[in-house]
Amino acid sequence: MVDGELRGTAGVSDPGIAVVQESQLSLGEGPCVDAWTNRAPVLEANLADPAIVRWPAFAHAGIDAGVLAVFAFPLHLGAIRIGVLVLYRDYPGMLSADEMACGLVLADVATQVLLSLQAGAPAGALHEILANELPHWAEVHQATGMASVQLGVSLDEAFVRLRAHAFAEGLPLRIIAREIVTRQRRLEEPA
Amino acid sequence: MTREQRIVETFVELADTMVEDFDVIEFLHHLAERCVELLDCAEAGLLLADAAGVLRVMASSSERSDALDLLQSQNEEGPCFECYERGALVASEDLTGDAGRWPTFAPMALQKGFRSVQAIPMRVRGQTIGALNLFRATTGRLVEQDLSLGQGMADIAAIALLHERSVREAHRVVEQLQDALSSRVMIEQAKGVLAERAHIGVDAAFALLRAHAREHNLRLSNVARDLIDGHLDATSLSSPTHSIPTPKR
Repeated sequence: MVDGELRGTAGVSDPGIAVVQESQLSLGEGPCVDAWTNRAPVLEANLADPAIVRWPAFAHAGIDAGVLAVFAFPLHLGAIRIGVLVLYRDYPGMLSADEMACGLVLADVATQVLLSLQAGAPAGALHEILANELPHWAEVHQATGMASVQLGVSLDEAFVRLRAHAFAEGLPLRIIAREIVTRQRRLEEPA
Repeated sequence: MTREQRIVETFVELADTMVEDFDVIEFLHHLAERCVELLDCAEAGLLLADAAGVLRVMASSSERSDALDLLQSQNEEGPCFECYERGALVASEDLTGDAGRWPTFAPMALQKGFRSVQAIPMRVRGQTIGALNLFRATTGRLVEQDLSLGQGMADIAAIALLHERSVREAHRVVEQLQDALSSRVMIEQAKGVLAERAHIGVDAAFALLRAHAREHNLRLSNVARDLIDGHLDATSLSSPTHSIPTPKR
């Protein structure tokens, strides 16, 4: 994720890959950096190929961590750049046409979602949802269940509504959740 | 029942889980309860790391909201966080002296009436997947014998979570653990749904869900899903001895 420049990692699917991801930022080179700078996907099918000398230091770090292929997709909308989606593979080989299409669609969807989230964040700061971890507090899930009954909606709709309340009031999701669970707050369907 | 009989029974229950489809959440909850019965502790909980390495609550002996809170607060600091990071036993014999070590966790645990704590790693093939957390109301540490039994309980929990033969494949481990984590979230959501429909607290809602699952020999996570999907009525979960008012409207 970024703030004018590449700043840090917003999320990884596997804790092991965070090191590889961060190494690109500290080394100042790698597919993530290139995708950001050039505003175009960077596809590297075999990091271990000695003929490839694009990023000698990053290739070393990647291979050490078991990464053999990397595919970086910029998250951008015209001139708006918000980050890079990076896919890592532990075996060499180019993405198939389907996988490539999937990567591009994912990057597009991520861009839209991130932009709409960021629309509500203070300038220069990441939205709370992006800056923090996902909510794993029991009371958030309990409040989701209670809100779904109070509002007569599905759980996913109830969860979105909880988040909307937290956002509108500038409160952490957990505080709203606690108020609901302790029955200090009810979410009612507007009459 | 003697202590030895209880221990044997716990291991027999584990054997039951190896044979067929079983309810991992219910089993872990039961295991946490057994820890309180068998070991010198007032509260026991199990935390499991998700695919991103974040610790998440899987079970608590009391299943009380404040106990769940204390367990989940160890996301970034606390005995379980350290235990998971290091893959080794972490203990505090007196939490009053550990406010500097754990500025969030220690005061919170003390406020809930706990004085000492142990975190025992849950391991599978050398990999730490989570931790068993034991809380005591008094200072000091568990005696060696209790500690070994505690490690045995943590090992049982790990086996229960990953008991299928295919766990050699890393992605199957992730699938199974994610499935268990997702069941846990669903149970919290079901607590909320039932609490609201039956006008009771979330802690009481858990007791009803669990009683229903036991009485009808169902998986707790299936009861939770049926309730959420509307296949199970809140009123049918109430015990015959005390009725629960029907929801408004």
